[in-house]
Amino acid sequence: MTIRTSPSSLVRGRRPRPLVYGALIAVVAGSVFPMYWSFVVSTQDNSAIGSATPVLLPGGHLLENIDRVFTTVDFWLAMQNSLIVATTVSVSNVFLASLAGFAFAKLRFPGRNGLFLFVMATVMIPAQLGIIPLYLVVDRLGWYGRLEAVIVPGLVSAFSVFWMRQAAHESIPDDLVDAARLDGAPIARIYWHVALPALRPHAAVLAMLTFMASWNDYFWPLVVLDPNEAPTVQVALSRLASGYFTDYTLMLTAATIAVIPVILLFLLLSRYIIRGFVKGVPHGRDSAALPDPVPVGRGDVVVPDRGRGGGARRVHLGHVLRR
Amino acid sequence: MSSDGRYAPELLDRRLTPYLFIAPFFVVFALFGVFPTLYTSWVSLHDWQLINGDQGFVGLANYAQVLADPKFYNALANTVSIFLIGAIPQTILALGIALLLDRPLRMATAWRAGIVLPNVVSVAAVALVFAQLYGRDYGVVNWVLGLVGIDPVSWQAHTWSSHLAVASMVAWRWTGYNALIYLAAMQAVPAELYEAAAVDGASRWRSFWSVTLPGIRPTLLFTVVASTINGLQLFTEPQLFGNTNVGGNDRQFQTVTMYLYEKGFTGLDAGYAAAISWVMSMICVLFALVNVLIARRLIRKA
Repeated sequence: MTIRTSPSSLVRGRRPRPLVYGALIAVVAGSVFPMYWSFVVSTQDNSAIGSATPVLLPGGHLLENIDRVFTTVDFWLAMQNSLIVATTVSVSNVFLASLAGFAFAKLRFPGRNGLFLFVMATVMIPAQLGIIPLYLVVDRLGWYGRLEAVIVPGLVSAFSVFWMRQAAHESIPDDLVDAARLDGAPIARIYWHVALPALRPHAAVLAMLTFMASWNDYFWPLVVLDPNEAPTVQVALSRLASGYFTDYTLMLTAATIAVIPVILLFLLLSRYIIRGFVKGVPHGRDSAALPDPVPVGRGDVVVPDRGRGGGARRVHLGHVLRR
Repeated sequence: MSSDGRYAPELLDRRLTPYLFIAPFFVVFALFGVFPTLYTSWVSLHDWQLINGDQGFVGLANYAQVLADPKFYNALANTVSIFLIGAIPQTILALGIALLLDRPLRMATAWRAGIVLPNVVSVAAVALVFAQLYGRDYGVVNWVLGLVGIDPVSWQAHTWSSHLAVASMVAWRWTGYNALIYLAAMQAVPAELYEAAAVDGASRWRSFWSVTLPGIRPTLLFTVVASTINGLQLFTEPQLFGNTNVGGNDRQFQTVTMYLYEKGFTGLDAGYAAAISWVMSMICVLFALVNVLIARRLIRKA
């Protein structure tokens, strides 16, 4: 037996028509096409690029083009550098932001709200306002051209703190923290045994978001790294693009290589990344998190399941605290 | 034992640990966030060379120069033009996509992933791809235009065409992301409001205007502010769109941030660049406020 309707289905539960799928296919095709095109070009030789009608299917020159990229610039080194930077930055963001996020969400201390408002306010300040002095600071520290210049200023961002506070708010049960405090557990232990386990799934998402952002960062690395010495992937890309003669095959092969790690990560984990994006937006109301899509059977009405906080596994209190 | 029955070390833990937890963030932030932001003002009041350092106090001379600099106004006009060409269609399209997604779809996660993909790939790589797509001789865009009988356009060469091309890159990157954010907000609009509208005999279009839009108002306003601030700082797409580094032969697509980069890091005039960044930030804030006011006008409150 199926129950056909709640009135809301008049609006949003309506069975999608083929037209809807058609429109979605068009949109997705548009969003995927440039990446696909980049891949196709990377498998052609330069003569195919110059043909009167664009070649839309992959050819057989991929390996040869990759080889050319790696001999033109030191792309290996650039990949290594990007990997080092992005990994360090994401690990440190997760750790430091989980500390701060936990404190802001679950601990009471004088100045908490004021300090947090301050963090929030700074998220909106145009990043390039401080770019000149930031360069002067980093240069004074002797970091020009070194990976520290890219890593250290990015160790923890206001965005990560904001994000982790949201996550802590949703997933760490208050009663657990309170009970632990009543039992006299030191805060560091509560963090380690209660907060961190509850935050673990969120931590993974934040790690991916910061990894991708750091891998893709262009402006700041361009400013503080020497493009001829040891740049990141994105800066190396821009080097391939400059020059009198634009070698599109070379350029787009490099572009394809540069986006592959991120696309793989995204394909594997898109569900979590999508939810992570949504959490990064301050809403007018709390917890308007994107619900998981519900598989639709015949005639069901999908009412999004709101407020899916508290996904944390319960931890046994006594076990945690009396160690 | 202290008055509330706790031991001193424990009390210390309660009082001190929260600050220890937030301290690493504030240290990094103070050094690489707050300090540079404030220091920008100081640098902007000096004749400051990037390599040779402070050459003396000059008062507001840098600001006076910026405000009389035709290249600055050119960059500003380009930035605003690119922003407007991109932002408006992007918002409308994102709302439309969110409406498409806000129904019981098969493979909902796959659709969402496909739509948000442009936002996760590197801007630099994408800018190179688009530069090729918009190529004059062998670009796909001109080929498609050729099919309907339009002559090839030299996209980088003109103001209007380069703005359109750069704006399309920005819109391509952010439409899906915004759609996803709107979708989340739409799904949080209480179903009762739709029911009430349906009972009142409202058409779908009508209930979109008087239920959906007011319901996602805070989110819409947030994206307006965010896209204004990001849009006015646009750098990577136009910088990699041409190979002149200054946005075309006549600077026809040089943005303010590109000009800041040129002055500060190519011309090494840090004082002047610092003044540009202050002026630009003020404009960003003003512009975001204006846009919020407009958006608030357009969308009635719930």
